[in-house]
Amino acid sequence: MCIAVPAEVVEIKEGNVGVVDYGDLKQEVRLDLVDVKVGEFVLVHVGFAIQKLSREEGLETREIFRQVYAAMQESE
Amino acid sequence: MALGKEISEKLREAVDRDLSFMHICGTHEAAISRAGLRSVLPPGLKIVMGPGCPVCITPQGEIDAALDLVERGCIVATYGDLLRVPGSRGSLESSGGDVRVVQGVHKAVEIARSTNKEVAFISVGFETTAPTVAATLLTRPPENFSILSCHRLVPPAMKWLLEQGEAKLHGFLLPGHVCTVVGYQDYEQFPVPQVVAGFEPEDILLGLLMLVEQVKSGEAKVENAYPRAVTREGNVRARQLMYEVFAPVDAEWRGFPVIPRSGLQLKSGFEEYDAQKKFDIPIRHVEKHSACICDRVLRGIAEPTDCRLFGKVCNPRTPVGPCMVSHEGACRIWHMFRVRQK
Ligand code: SF4
Repeated sequence: MCIAVPAEVVEIKEGNVGVVDYGDLKQEVRLDLVDVKVGEFVLVHVGFAIQKLSREEGLETREIFRQVYAAMQESE
Repeated sequence: MALGKEISEKLREAVDRDLSFMHICGTHEAAISRAGLRSVLPPGLKIVMGPGCPVCITPQGEIDAALDLVERGCIVATYGDLLRVPGSRGSLESSGGDVRVVQGVHKAVEIARSTNKEVAFISVGFETTAPTVAATLLTRPPENFSILSCHRLVPPAMKWLLEQGEAKLHGFLLPGHVCTVVGYQDYEQFPVPQVVAGFEPEDILLGLLMLVEQVKSGEAKVENAYPRAVTREGNVRARQLMYEVFAPVDAEWRGFPVIPRSGLQLKSGFEEYDAQKKFDIPIRHVEKHSACICDRVLRGIAEPTDCRLFGKVCNPRTPVGPCMVSHEGACRIWHMFRVRQK
């Protein structure tokens, strides 16, 4: 549950909600903890954007995180 | 990983004594195990996982309290990793109650909005997670919603480990993404080498090299090997929200005694959301009676394979201890990568 994944903000909706793109999947997340604009990268944890990331950092780490987590989630 | 090779060569040259470093992050453990980094480290250099899995360090008494909430007829919402952690009488999964897996606290509030029943959220997690709960409580969820606060703060546990000394640690590899949120100023109090590291194999090797160099030059400071994402202050708003809603409190960790000011309790003004008060649920200390050595694994003095149940009686299908249940648990991670290597 503690995992945190970089994603790009692609839409901002009413009520502190945004849509982010993980590269292969889009998801709604809460934006209560950060000020972001469309096109910026954030770190997402338990359905919340918890920090802003630079674009390079976001793109660079998205892949490694995806690989590590895919392996972690691979079930028994 | 050409860069990685270069760094591991440098490491090999640099390590001239036995050195033991601890990391405190399930993602670091997965990255290390996945890349097989332990096998390329020079002899004498050891990296152990400490109490970096929030589900694993939640003591049995708090799992029992969650089961009490089920018995009181609450809808219990929590993260999937917690479902199968054994309490004194079964787990949330086997409780037969209305237990729901949610992505985060905001989804538990949505459940509360759609029902008249009481909804209790079992709120585990470190400094990365607690701000999400704080932000949600500040939006004033409906009155049939409450949380069982099982939050923990990592620095007090590090302090305990250092003072206690049994793991003979020479320093810490700090978790990159936790530090993006909390910054690293809280870690500057510790008189040991510490390096904030990222999650690529190269990032981790670089972090280790910087730790070794600090030890050799007799330094003890916090260095940042992950400056792309981490700043000293972290996410200031997240920290502020967290302390608007929560206050530090002494708390027990699985495998540890009560650690001063290492837990988070709801402040006055938010007590109506405190499931423990609302339902008058005591948190008991439970003595362990099993061969599971999670407690020692979490303190960094044993490895999963030191456990005689590892991979036999205890496996991801029939986990005996929380370190095999959670995706961030050391036993679970070791088991998975061993199976894949075969
Ligand atoms: S292998 Fe299972 S029983 Fe042994 S320490 Fe890990 S979780 Fe506990």
